[in-house]
Amino acid sequence: MEIIILILAGILFATAIYNLLQKQLLRIIIGTVLLSHGAHLVILTMGKLKRGNPPILDDAVTTYTDPLPQALILTSIVISFGITSLLLVLSYRTAKENNTDNMEEMRGETNE
Amino acid sequence: MSNLAILPIIIPMLSGIIVAFTNSNVAVTRLLTKLFSIISLLVSAYITYSVFIDGTIILETGDWKAPYGIILVADELSVLLLLTTNIIAAAAAFYAPQSLSLRQENHYFYTFFFLLITGVSGAFLTGDLFNLFVFFEVLLMASYALIVLGGDKVQLRESVKYVLINLFSSVLFVTTVALLYGVVGTVNMAQIAERVAEVEQDGILTTIGILFFFVFGTKAALFPLYYWLPKSYIVPNPVVSALFGALLTKVGIYSILRVFSLIFIHRMDYTHDVFIWIAGLTMLFGVIGALSTNNIKLIIAYNIIPAIGFIIMGIGIFNQDALSGSIYYLIQDMIIKSALFLLVGVIAYVAGTSDLKKMKGLLHDHPVLGWLLFLSALILAGIPPFSGFIGKLLLLKGAFSADEIIIAIIALLASLLILYSVMKIFIRGFWGEKDESLSTTKKASAGMIIPIIGLLAVAVFLGIGAEWIYPAIDGVAEYLLDPQLYIDSVLKE
Repeated sequence: MEIIILILAGILFATAIYNLLQKQLLRIIIGTVLLSHGAHLVILTMGKLKRGNPPILDDAVTTYTDPLPQALILTSIVISFGITSLLLVLSYRTAKENNTDNMEEMRGETNE
Repeated sequence: MSNLAILPIIIPMLSGIIVAFTNSNVAVTRLLTKLFSIISLLVSAYITYSVFIDGTIILETGDWKAPYGIILVADELSVLLLLTTNIIAAAAAFYAPQSLSLRQENHYFYTFFFLLITGVSGAFLTGDLFNLFVFFEVLLMASYALIVLGGDKVQLRESVKYVLINLFSSVLFVTTVALLYGVVGTVNMAQIAERVAEVEQDGILTTIGILFFFVFGTKAALFPLYYWLPKSYIVPNPVVSALFGALLTKVGIYSILRVFSLIFIHRMDYTHDVFIWIAGLTMLFGVIGALSTNNIKLIIAYNIIPAIGFIIMGIGIFNQDALSGSIYYLIQDMIIKSALFLLVGVIAYVAGTSDLKKMKGLLHDHPVLGWLLFLSALILAGIPPFSGFIGKLLLLKGAFSADEIIIAIIALLASLLILYSVMKIFIRGFWGEKDESLSTTKKASAGMIIPIIGLLAVAVFLGIGAEWIYPAIDGVAEYLLDPQLYIDSVLKE
C-alpha cells in the first residue's frame, strides 16, 4: 500500500515540477498546489498506512492509526492554503500591473 | 521561571495584534511600536543574562513531558541570536517612520513587522522540527506581506518570484521532516539526535541530512541556491530590506548550524566536507556579484552572500575555533548588514538615485553619512579593531588547524573584494567634485541617522569589547561540539 501511495506522490511531484517550469503564472500556481498535495501524501505515508482504526478513543479498539502525521498534515494544509490564496491574489495584481502573465517577460530592466 | 522562554515569542505577537487595532491612528501606532520593541529588547536582554548565569531554560509547553509535547529551548546560542534580533528590530522600529510612506504605514506595516519578529524568535527558540517549519512559515508569510507592501510594479514582479522559491523550499522542508519522521519516528530534535546516534546515521539519514541542507541552503542563499536573493531584497523599502538582510537568511544559517551540530554529525566526511566547497563557491560568486553592479542597494544585497559563505565555512570545518568564529561572524554580520541596508537607504534617498554613476561628491553636503559608510565598510571587511576581524581571525585559525588552506585563501581574497565593493560606493559616490545637477535639497533627518549610529555602536562594541564577549562565544562553540549537553538538558531522565 505504501509503495503505491509513494508512486502517486512521485507522479504528483513530477507533474508539479513540470508545471512550475512553465511560463504562464496560473500554471505555476497549479504546480505549487500539486506540489503540496504530493508533500501531504508523503507525510501520511510516512506514518504507515492501514495500521488500525481512526485515532478516536474507544474502549473496544486496541490499535489506532498514527495520529501525529494527521495533525502535521492538517497544519501543513492550512499553511499551504493561506500561501496559495496569497499567491493567487499576488499573481492577479502582478499580471494586471505588468500587463502580462508570462514569466519570461517579467525579467525587468537592468539597474532599476 | 521557565516561562521566560516564551516571552520573546509572545511579546511581539501580542504587539502585532495590538497595533493592528490602532492602525488608523499612525501617531499612536508609532509610539506603541517603539514602546513594545524596547520592552521586547529589555526582556530578551534579561533572558540572555539569566541563561548565561543559570544555564539553558527549557519550557515544556502545556506540561507535556519532553519528547511528547512541543518544547522551547533557550540555550546560549538561541538567546544570543534573539538579543541580536531584538536590537535590530528596535533600530528598525525607530527608523521605519522616517522611511515609510504614510500609505505603507496605514496598511498594517507594523503588524507585519512584529509578526516577522515573532517568527524569527520562534525559529531560534523551538526544539521541534515541525514547529520550526511552522515558525518559518510565520516569518515567511510576514515577509511576503512586507516585500509587496506598496504594490509597485517592480515589487509585485519580484515578490512573485520570492514567494514561489520560498513556497517550493517550504514544501520540500515538510517532505523532509516527513521522511525523517518515517525513519526515526519523532519530530523532537533532541530525541531525533539520540536515535540517529543509536543507528550511527546510515545511508538514508545522510540523504535526509543533505535534503535539509538543500532546504535551509535555499532559505540562506548558498551557492548555487542564491539566485533569488539580490533582486528581491532591493525592491522593498530600505527598512524592510534591512530586516530581511539581517534576519531571514540568518534563520536558515542558524537551522543549518543547529541541525548539523546536533543531529547529522556522524558522517562528516559526506556532509561537512561538502560545506567547505560550497562555502568557497558562495564567497566567490557572492563577491563577484557585488563587484558586477553599480546599484548601491544591489551591492549590499550581494554582500549578504559571501557573509553566509564565511559562516558555513566555520560549520564545515567544525572545530572549536571555527565554530566560535562562525557564531561571532553571524552575530556581527546581522548587525552590520542591517546598518548597511539602512545607510544605503538614506544615501539613495538624499541622492535621489541608487545608481552609482549618477552620484558624486556627496561628502560635501552629507559628511556624517559618508563617514558612517566608511566606518561600516571597515567593519564589514574586518579591519583589526572592529568586529568583522575577530570572527574572520577565528575562522582562519580554525581553517589552518584543520589544514584547509585553500578555503582560508579564498576567504582572505573574498574579504579584500568585499572591502573593494563597499569602498567603491564611498570613493565614487562621496569623493570628487560636488555635483550641482544632483538634487541636494533632501537632508537625512536625525531620526534616520540615530538608529544607524546605534547599530554601528553595537558593531564597534562587538569588536572592541571582544575580551568580554569572546569567552561567552567560545562557551557556545564548546556547547555545540557536544550534542549530548543539549540532549540531556531536554530529555532529563
